[in-house]
Amino acid sequence: MSTAPPPARSAGSPGGPPAAAQPLQRWLAQTRFETATILRHGEQLLVALVLPALALVVLARTDVPDLGPGDRVDLATAGVFALAVVSTAFTGQAIATGFDRRHGVLRLLGATPLGRGGLLLGKLGAVGIVLVVQLLVLGAVAALLGWRPPLSGLLPGAVTVVLGAAAFLSLAMVLAGTVRAEAVLALANLAWVLLLGLGILVPTDRLPGAAAAVARVLPSGALGDGMRAALVAGDWPLGPWLVLMAWAVVGGLAAARWFRWSD
Amino acid sequence: MPGVEVVGLRRDIGGVRAVDDASWSAARGEVTTVLGPNGAGKTTTIECLEGLQPVSAGSVRVLGTDPWRASADHRARVGVMLQDGGLPVTTTPQRLLRHLASLYAVPADLAELTARLDLGRVANRSIRRLSGGERQRVALAAALVGRPEVAFLDEPTAGLDPHARLEVWDLVRECARDAAVVVTTHSFEEAERIADTVVIMARGRVVARGTLDEVRAGGSLEDRYFALTSGSRS
Repeated sequence: MSTAPPPARSAGSPGGPPAAAQPLQRWLAQTRFETATILRHGEQLLVALVLPALALVVLARTDVPDLGPGDRVDLATAGVFALAVVSTAFTGQAIATGFDRRHGVLRLLGATPLGRGGLLLGKLGAVGIVLVVQLLVLGAVAALLGWRPPLSGLLPGAVTVVLGAAAFLSLAMVLAGTVRAEAVLALANLAWVLLLGLGILVPTDRLPGAAAAVARVLPSGALGDGMRAALVAGDWPLGPWLVLMAWAVVGGLAAARWFRWSD
Repeated sequence: MPGVEVVGLRRDIGGVRAVDDASWSAARGEVTTVLGPNGAGKTTTIECLEGLQPVSAGSVRVLGTDPWRASADHRARVGVMLQDGGLPVTTTPQRLLRHLASLYAVPADLAELTARLDLGRVANRSIRRLSGGERQRVALAAALVGRPEVAFLDEPTAGLDPHARLEVWDLVRECARDAAVVVTTHSFEEAERIADTVVIMARGRVVARGTLDEVRAGGSLEDRYFALTSGSRS
């Protein structure tokens, strides 16, 4: 009498050897987890939504500082969109990643099926979703204040947001991966305040001579001027895009070279 | 094929030789405890086995695979509990464990795992607000959520009260029915309670390895440990 061999148990089947979930499922799971973590975090919401919304109302309803030629609410909205990008892609991610590194979270998730690549992709996804939420909320506030953007500016505006987010996220990873968590907290907040005045809210051509020249080649000036060119004039701001791409490449290479996964 | 194999491992970090020509193995179905003073090279060795650090020379194999830059499916077969926990403090145990479970094709039964580790009471409390022992149990659950074939547990009972320690030891022994479990610890009691095999490291080298009885050599593990590692703390 012969007996049939037991059916082979494949990886990932109940009773079979453990296996990872599908890559798309892992990345979506991490994106969902990171997005919820950001949206549940009061301090991050303050920097991502409340402060930009306050800045929008104040800039739109007053006449200082000088924002240059054009409808003031349009200029203010473009600048505040740039601020939202910096808040989420740079300040929020630098601080969160710095403390995750301190607490060993990056090492733990790097050892799960998610891995380091999935962790970074999850961050990208979360930043993208939070940015969409921010721009919708701030856009609604701006609309109530009278913002009517040229339709021709929406596509170049979106490109500017994506390039700005890439540049600032790569710089956030450089900061978060190279210095202590407390220093990340201090420097990321300091940078947020300084960048406000270096082209984010105020156009670079309204800054004094030397500061204007510096701000134009900083990611802050390129992002702010790019948003204003797209959303106020409906232009395709190729110069600022080149500056943002250059920062994204430099930041990406620096992060790949110097990012340390443990504190 | 052993679950874990370390052959002539050397790891240099910034000019310091953290591990020097270490060789040992851990079989499936056994608990292997790694003992040694602080700075002996235990954590560095384990991090090489977890794929978190590359080796400088020699080789490490986990389930026959080089863990450095190994695939997601390999990482799914390996559970990791880090010394510092590695837990995101702004979330809750339930959210974290559900998220980790979603990274595996067939995860462990979360309800059963959290009940075994008595985490139900704190499942929805922020990890930041948990006690050290509660965090330890969350970290252990995180290591076991993928039903690993090899588990690396760094001081799994540090900070736990006696009842929780007994429960964790039961769970570790249970896990070792099918898996190779490697436990790093400073506790002789823990090693004597759960170990099949013992590895003692000092100054980056393996100074003893074998079954618990072989390493004890008729004496107590504590006496053997101090005899083998005396003067190794710098």
